[in-house]
Amino acid sequence: MVQFSYVINDELGLHARPAGLLVKLASGFTSTITLKCENGEADAKRLIALMKLGIQKGSNVQFTVAGDDEKEAVAALEQFMKEKL
Amino acid sequence: MLLLDPDFEDAVKDEIIGQHSNAVFAVKKAGKDLADFFSAMEDNEYMQQRCADFLDISDRIARVLENADCNLSTIDEPVILMADDLTPGETIQMDTTNVLAFVTGGGSVNSHTAILARSIGITAVVNTGVEADTKLNGHMGIVDGDMGRVLIDPEDEILEKYEEKLKKYNDEKKSLEELRTVSTVTRSGRKIDLYANVGNIQDVVRAVDSGADGIGLFRSEFLYIGKADFPSEEEQFESYKKAAELMNGKEVIIRTLDIGADKKADYLNLGKEENPAMGMRAIRICLKHPEIFKTQLRAIYRASAFGTISVMFPMITSAHEVERALQITDDVKKELSDKSIRYGEVKRGIMIETPAAAVMSDILAEKVDFFSIGTNDLTQYTLAMDRQNPEMSEFLDMHSPAVLRLIKMTVRNAHEKNVKVGICGELGADPKLTEFFINNEVDELSVSAPKILSLRKHIRELE
Repeated sequence: MVQFSYVINDELGLHARPAGLLVKLASGFTSTITLKCENGEADAKRLIALMKLGIQKGSNVQFTVAGDDEKEAVAALEQFMKEKL
Repeated sequence: MLLLDPDFEDAVKDEIIGQHSNAVFAVKKAGKDLADFFSAMEDNEYMQQRCADFLDISDRIARVLENADCNLSTIDEPVILMADDLTPGETIQMDTTNVLAFVTGGGSVNSHTAILARSIGITAVVNTGVEADTKLNGHMGIVDGDMGRVLIDPEDEILEKYEEKLKKYNDEKKSLEELRTVSTVTRSGRKIDLYANVGNIQDVVRAVDSGADGIGLFRSEFLYIGKADFPSEEEQFESYKKAAELMNGKEVIIRTLDIGADKKADYLNLGKEENPAMGMRAIRICLKHPEIFKTQLRAIYRASAFGTISVMFPMITSAHEVERALQITDDVKKELSDKSIRYGEVKRGIMIETPAAAVMSDILAEKVDFFSIGTNDLTQYTLAMDRQNPEMSEFLDMHSPAVLRLIKMTVRNAHEKNVKVGICGELGADPKLTEFFINNEVDELSVSAPKILSLRKHIRELE
């Protein structure tokens, strides 16, 4: 299991389009990927669940990744978050 | 992307499995629940606005599903079709080859389901007052049109009785076949033409098979209803030509577009009317939009080179309307002549289906070659009773003396001007009135093809 945190920088927060891209990216890995913030937690492979968290700018989100490809997943996710959010 | 999300899918599945909801309802509910969730996110304006996305996608799926639900264009095994009611759009798209019988919870003997059932000769029981229920899927049923009865999962004894009854019915039908080629005269030699009402080309084939003397009412609406756009001139021409060729020289009376009221097509953009039965329909649409009318008339005239075609205008109320319709017809003829396009001798007639037309029939007879009395609308407008409203059955006298008097008057006025008169409404097939029509010298009765042989038998037994 690997964890990392990230503070959302995007003005709109984790909005629909990047959330969709995140789900796509996460779905490419076999590891379970959970995203946690002050409003609760959600499976990063489920778009509606992610959107329901209503993550806004400035939120600190914590990723928990567990599985065979957890290392690659974390690397990809970290890069994605920095670029898009 | 939202659609692929398992949360949406699960919500729909749970609703269907857990609450026994139908798919359309479940999709709408899932969309609504999500929309509600997001619109409640008060501190997040962006997410609040997503509520519209969920409503939009769920509505779109629901629409697709709704269409799929009433996609009756392919029915691949013999069925008894149960529904609360069927719209004209649904009945027109329906493939009836495998429909053994109709059962509807609503409707009346004059509703579209009933008219369709009569035109193709299958049993229907309407206005059962019982909602159609998917629980009945796959069960055996007996639909008894004589008694207006529907029996689900009948006992063997009853089943046997009905099988016998069915055999007897089929035998009788077979013996009628012998009347296909004989003429329609009474014992004392009084003659009446027996024409067929048709709603599409298959009906024309049925009319030929049952030995119709002609087509008294070719409902051209089928070319317009259930389509995304107007039918082209070519498409119409092909249908009219086909009908003329199938009838092989016998008269085919094509009624021009009779849409509006209960028969709708979205692309016409008719708008919502407070009282559509008395609004934009039939000839009124054609006179307001001559380009629509002309396209149809060109197709009809071009087809007239291939057989005997007559044209008939619906919903006439005044001499002025007839004059306008005839003028447009003349314009079309001239256009065709100018382009050296062939057309035949086309008789022009009108429907007498409003009390105004019946009352003015002496004047109208001076302008046209024939009348056809549409008894369904004539009855509805004379009595001010909606024939689709089952509550009216109690008040609606199908043999209303007021209507019969109008018919009598119309025939008398027509014959004074040598104008032929036919009856093309449901009353034409009513054996209780056959004698009345013959006594009043009606020239032609136009009925659904499956009724022709039994009516011919009946007429041949009259004095």
